[in-house]
Parts: sequence; structure tokens; C-alpha cells
Amino acid sequence: MILGLCPALAVTNSAVNALTMGIAVIFVLTGSNAIVSLIRNIVPKQVRIATYIVIIATFVTMVDLFLKAYYLELSKALGPYVPLIVVNCVILGRAETFASKNKIGLSFIDALGIGAGFTITLVVPGGIREILGMRTFFGIPVLGESFKPWVVMLLPPGAFVTLGFMLGAKNLIDQKIAERKRTANMESRIKLSA
Amino acid sequence: MNREVDLLVTTSPQIHHPDSTAKIMWTVVICLVPAGIWGVFLFGGKALLVIISSIVSALVTEFIIAKLLKRFTVLDGSAFLTGLLVGYNMPPGVPLYIPAIASIFAIAVVKWTFGGLGANWMNPALAGRVFVFFSWTGSMTNWRVPRFLTTHVDGVTMASPLGFIKAGLYDFTGTSPGPIAFLKAGGYPLSALDQSVTNWINTSVLNPLGASLKGGYVDLFLGIVPGCIGEVSALLLLLGTVYLFIKKIITWEIPVSYLFVFGLLIWIFGGLRFNNGLFTGDVMFNFFTGGLILGVFYMATDMVTSPLTTKGKLIFGAGAGFMTFLIRVYGSFPEGVSLAIIFMNIFVPLINKYTKPVRFGVSPRGGGK
Repeated sequence: MILGLCPALAVTNSAVNALTMGIAVIFVLTGSNAIVSLIRNIVPKQVRIATYIVIIATFVTMVDLFLKAYYLELSKALGPYVPLIVVNCVILGRAETFASKNKIGLSFIDALGIGAGFTITLVVPGGIREILGMRTFFGIPVLGESFKPWVVMLLPPGAFVTLGFMLGAKNLIDQKIAERKRTANMESRIKLSA
Repeated sequence: MNREVDLLVTTSPQIHHPDSTAKIMWTVVICLVPAGIWGVFLFGGKALLVIISSIVSALVTEFIIAKLLKRFTVLDGSAFLTGLLVGYNMPPGVPLYIPAIASIFAIAVVKWTFGGLGANWMNPALAGRVFVFFSWTGSMTNWRVPRFLTTHVDGVTMASPLGFIKAGLYDFTGTSPGPIAFLKAGGYPLSALDQSVTNWINTSVLNPLGASLKGGYVDLFLGIVPGCIGEVSALLLLLGTVYLFIKKIITWEIPVSYLFVFGLLIWIFGGLRFNNGLFTGDVMFNFFTGGLILGVFYMATDMVTSPLTTKGKLIFGAGAGFMTFLIRVYGSFPEGVSLAIIFMNIFVPLINKYTKPVRFGVSPRGGGK
């Protein structure tokens, strides 16, 4: 589930940056998934990856130029990480495993779902790090003046620690779900035998 | 989730060691106490509050987490020791929430997320210190003037010797014989004690031998310098170390290789930044400033986060010495002991893997049929 989280270290230092990155990824993902799904039957198998990359790069360039034109500050804050969406494995991964095998409608919905999940995974640590590191959330102060910001949360170690705890929480939830399923199975079996 | 205890069945020889974890931890604590008393005496009651704050936070965090995991580990002394070391690594004038957060981070994140004592790969006290150091660098480099210095006024701050030199050398173009002379030229204060002790040593011991000691080293050795609460007094820390060696709680490999490599590199290259030639570095100055003694004997030797074999320990110490030298002389921070030790902590599993002794009866090349 941490596939494609490579930009997480760099762009989750504030909620705004994380959200922008998430929206950019949603756009690229839906666009590329839709196109890949449309042309899935006419692309020769040998050159499919190259084709996907060209399609993805087109959408990434569009996002990048759009950000540069309308939100220069954000674009500067995100640095090279928007162009780097091209090499993000999540997008190529969805194109290869899903869009190239499914119809356009399904591919579009898949891209929306994956993109939304990706955005949430970026915004949550982004928000946590922004609150602890700068006392603000989306630029709005949420903690009082007496709170001294933890600068370390804005540095890469802060991202590692936050992501580590998020993964830990996810594993805990997965474990609980698995346990509940097991007990549910047992109960149903007991009922059947009784 | 209860952690299952692995019951390991082995063939003889089976080694039993009479020391329990708690006994080792409390012995180390006792060895550290004199240096702490000295720090509190030098910097005033605020220093004691800092130490208490870090110890109490460490113990409370340990108690809560162990309770959640249905274990009881507060009395094994490891959390107390971690808290104590965190406190010793704080500047005396630091706001009290900083040592508290450092201790909580050390115990909760660095130690317990990896499974508690023995499972952590990084020294908790050092990690806590580094965490708060990068968060509140200003407060963490705010040194108070110790008692005995001529400029001592309660609560007033000044630069530590290493910080003073780092800042002074930033755009330094002249030449200086070495760090002690550099401090003197910059008007860095000395204590009256230093002058009288240095005079006494010179007239009664060194002058007949045709040598002389410059003023300043005595202050460094006794710890009459601004610095972290527990790191200043090399003398008292070394006394505690002697007891640790007698009790065989620490072994010689890490301190010796650490100090040897660090000293050698300082001697060869340390003079370069004062625009002197090679082989003019001031080893004695670098040994007794900053947190080197505390780090080398009490934190690099941490049993959990250092290699197991003799060869591995030598590599570990040498690497830490090299990194300390790099950060202190060429880095942007004046002091590099804590970062160097953490850096080498990362390599411990790798070092253990490559220095594993060959089992009896197996050829070193992997044959052994």
C-alpha cells in the first residue's frame, strides 16, 4: 500500500502542498487511465509501456504548466515533484494492471478511487506535520502562541516518523479486521455444527 | 498483543552472567551521578529541574506504555538511565518542556515502537536529544555561564568553546597556534582556579621537565566551561568510567578505537582550519570539550546499540570517531558526538553480520564437510 509514496517525504510538509500534489495525481491518473483504456486494443504489446509513459507525461506536463501559470508559489514549493509524477509507479501501475484490461468507465472510476486514496494518504501526514511543525492547518493557525513548533516535523525525519505511525495504525486495523473475520467464521461454523 | 517469549534450547557451553539488566543500569546511573551534581553546582538549581523533568517524563512514559502492553519495566532502570542521559545532554537554561519531549520521544518512539529494551536499534537518549535539537536549535544551544568564570552572572549566557571556535573560524584568514590560543585571543574567560592550578602544575611538575601547560586545559578538564549539564566535567565522568571498567560493564574496544581514530584525525588535520600545517591539531582540547567523554564512555558503549564482537566494536568505535571528527571540524554544527554515534548505530546490524565468528567445525570459506 505504500506503492508510489515516493513524493510523500517531500510534499507532505504542509496540508496545502499535499492536497495540491494529490489533486495533480488524481488529474494525471484519471486522464491517463481513460486514454490508456480507450486505446488498449490498438497498442502493440511490445511498445505498450513506452506508449503509457508518453500519455502520462502529456498529462503531467499539462498539470505542471497549469500550476506554473496560475499558482507559481505552490509550483515553487512543490519543486521537481510535480514533473516527477511521470515516474510515479502508482500511475504506470494502474495503467498496466487495470486500465489496459478494462473498459473506459471502470478505468475512470478506478483512477478516481486510487487518486482519492493517494490524496488522503498525503493530506493526513501533511496536516499532522503542518500542525506540529508550523502551528497551522491549511495556513490557518490552530494552536496557540504558547505552542513552540517542532521544526523537526518539517524535515524528512518527521515524514518518516509520521508515515511509520500511520502504517502501524493501518496494520493494527487490518489485524483487528482479520481477527473479527476469524471469530465470525468460527461462530458461523459453530452455528452450522449445532 | 502479548509478545511470546522465545525459549531457546542450545547445547553447551551455556553461559550464565550474574548481572541482571537492572543491576547494570543502576550501576551506570551511580557512575553518572557525580558529573550531574557538578553540573547542578555549576549552573544552579535550574539544571536540577531539567534533569528531574527528563527523568520523570521518561519514567511516566515507560510506565504507561508498559502498562498498555501488560508488562512491568519501570524498575529495570533503563528508562531512568535514558531520562538521566537526556537530562545530561540538555543545556542548563533550556525550557522544561524540551527535556520532557526528548524523553517521551526517546522512550515512546525510539524504544517502544521497536519492541522495548533490547529491540531498539538507536540509542534512545541520543535520538531524543537530536529530535529536540533540530526542533528548537535556538534553545538547545543557549549555554549559561558557569560558576567560577570571571564573567559569571546568574542566568547570563555565552558561547560554548566549540561554538565559539566554529563561529570565529567562519571567516578566519589569519593564523592561530590552536584552539586554546584562539579562545584566548577572542577574550574567552578563564577561571581563577584554572590559572592557579596551571601555575602549580607548571612550576612543580612540568617546568623541571622543560615543558609548560597553557592556561585553559584545567578549566576544560574540570568542567568549568559552558555546556550541557552532564557533559562538562571530564574528570568526574572519567572517574565513573573507571568504576564501569572495574565492574566490566563496558569493555575497552569502543572507547579505545573511538578516541584513537578521533585523536589521530584531529592531530593530523585539526590544525588545518587554524591555517597551520598537518600534524598540528590539539588533541587534548578536542578530547575534553563538548560531549566526547560522555558520548564515548556512556552512550557509544550502550549494550543494545553497539556490535557484539570485538572486531565489530573496533569498527564501530573507529567509525564513530571518524564521523565525530568530520562533523566537528568540517560540519556546520560545532559538536558531532551525538550525530556520529547515531550514525554508527545504523550500521550495527551490518557490522554484526560481517563480523560473526565462524562456528567451530565449519571452514571459514563455507565448506566444512
